[in-house]
Amino acid sequence: MKARAHVFLKPGVLDVQGKAVEAALHGLGWSGVTGVRVGRTIEFELDGTDATAARAEVESMCQRLLANPVIEAYAVEVAA
Amino acid sequence: MRAAVVVFPGSNCDRDCRVALERSTGAEVRMIWHRETTLPEGLDLVVLPGGFAYGDYLRCGAMAALSPIMPAVAAEAARGVAVAGICNGFQILCEAGLLPGALLRNTGLKYVCRPVELDVVNAQTVFTAAYGGRRTAWMTIGNGEGNYFADAEMLDRLEGDGRVVFRYRDNPNGSARDIAGIVNECGNILGLMPHPDRAFEEDLGSCDGAAVFESVMAAAAAILQ
Repeated sequence: MKARAHVFLKPGVLDVQGKAVEAALHGLGWSGVTGVRVGRTIEFELDGTDATAARAEVESMCQRLLANPVIEAYAVEVAA
Repeated sequence: MRAAVVVFPGSNCDRDCRVALERSTGAEVRMIWHRETTLPEGLDLVVLPGGFAYGDYLRCGAMAALSPIMPAVAAEAARGVAVAGICNGFQILCEAGLLPGALLRNTGLKYVCRPVELDVVNAQTVFTAAYGGRRTAWMTIGNGEGNYFADAEMLDRLEGDGRVVFRYRDNPNGSARDIAGIVNECGNILGLMPHPDRAFEEDLGSCDGAAVFESVMAAAAAILQ
């Protein structure tokens, strides 16, 4: 199965990279952009065919390693 | 005093920590590779040094916190042995859940490498008793992710319980409440971004960091009596 974990800083945690990118976009003329957040996506193949079980596994991986729950939130995608 | 300095792949302040410990306290220092699963007997101090363990991959300290040696470090801490995480070591302790909060990217986005004047907020910990009546200390910082973060409730708890040990006089990175160093609830685990291992002799520009190591030695000697 294909798995993806999208990890971002939680709302309320200062995203300085996001702010820097936002300023750069404004500088390029896209003044209508607000709330830029810069995160990361970790994608991988996972053995198995059960999407529900896979999702639970990837959530655990996020809790333990892929995200730092103190400062980051995550969203998981799995697909056959 | 017997100390161990853990060496992770990418640590670069491990030898400085050894020299700082030897010269400020005469400690017997063992260097412990991160893949070991046990620490030497009879330790008074474990140090997690500065550097870029695992290249800061994924998040600073995230991979190092899962090193084979870390359960042994946690066990020493649980027994009351002093554990000090300096810079990357502080990041590793937070990722390992041995200290609360996390270190974010500096608000100015730049890697900041300069001397900093610190307030010694709590001179009664096992890491700061040797400061005596001194309430300021000059050390240096060198980091890109030194911005200490914890939620408001935890910050209030840290302040209220006297767990903030060092504060920046002139905040270089946006750290919450100007926090430069904290301890855990039991007071035996210290995390700080500034480098006492670079401020232990006059020739380095400051010897204000030596007191961190001297404090641990004094506490260890007191236990033996």
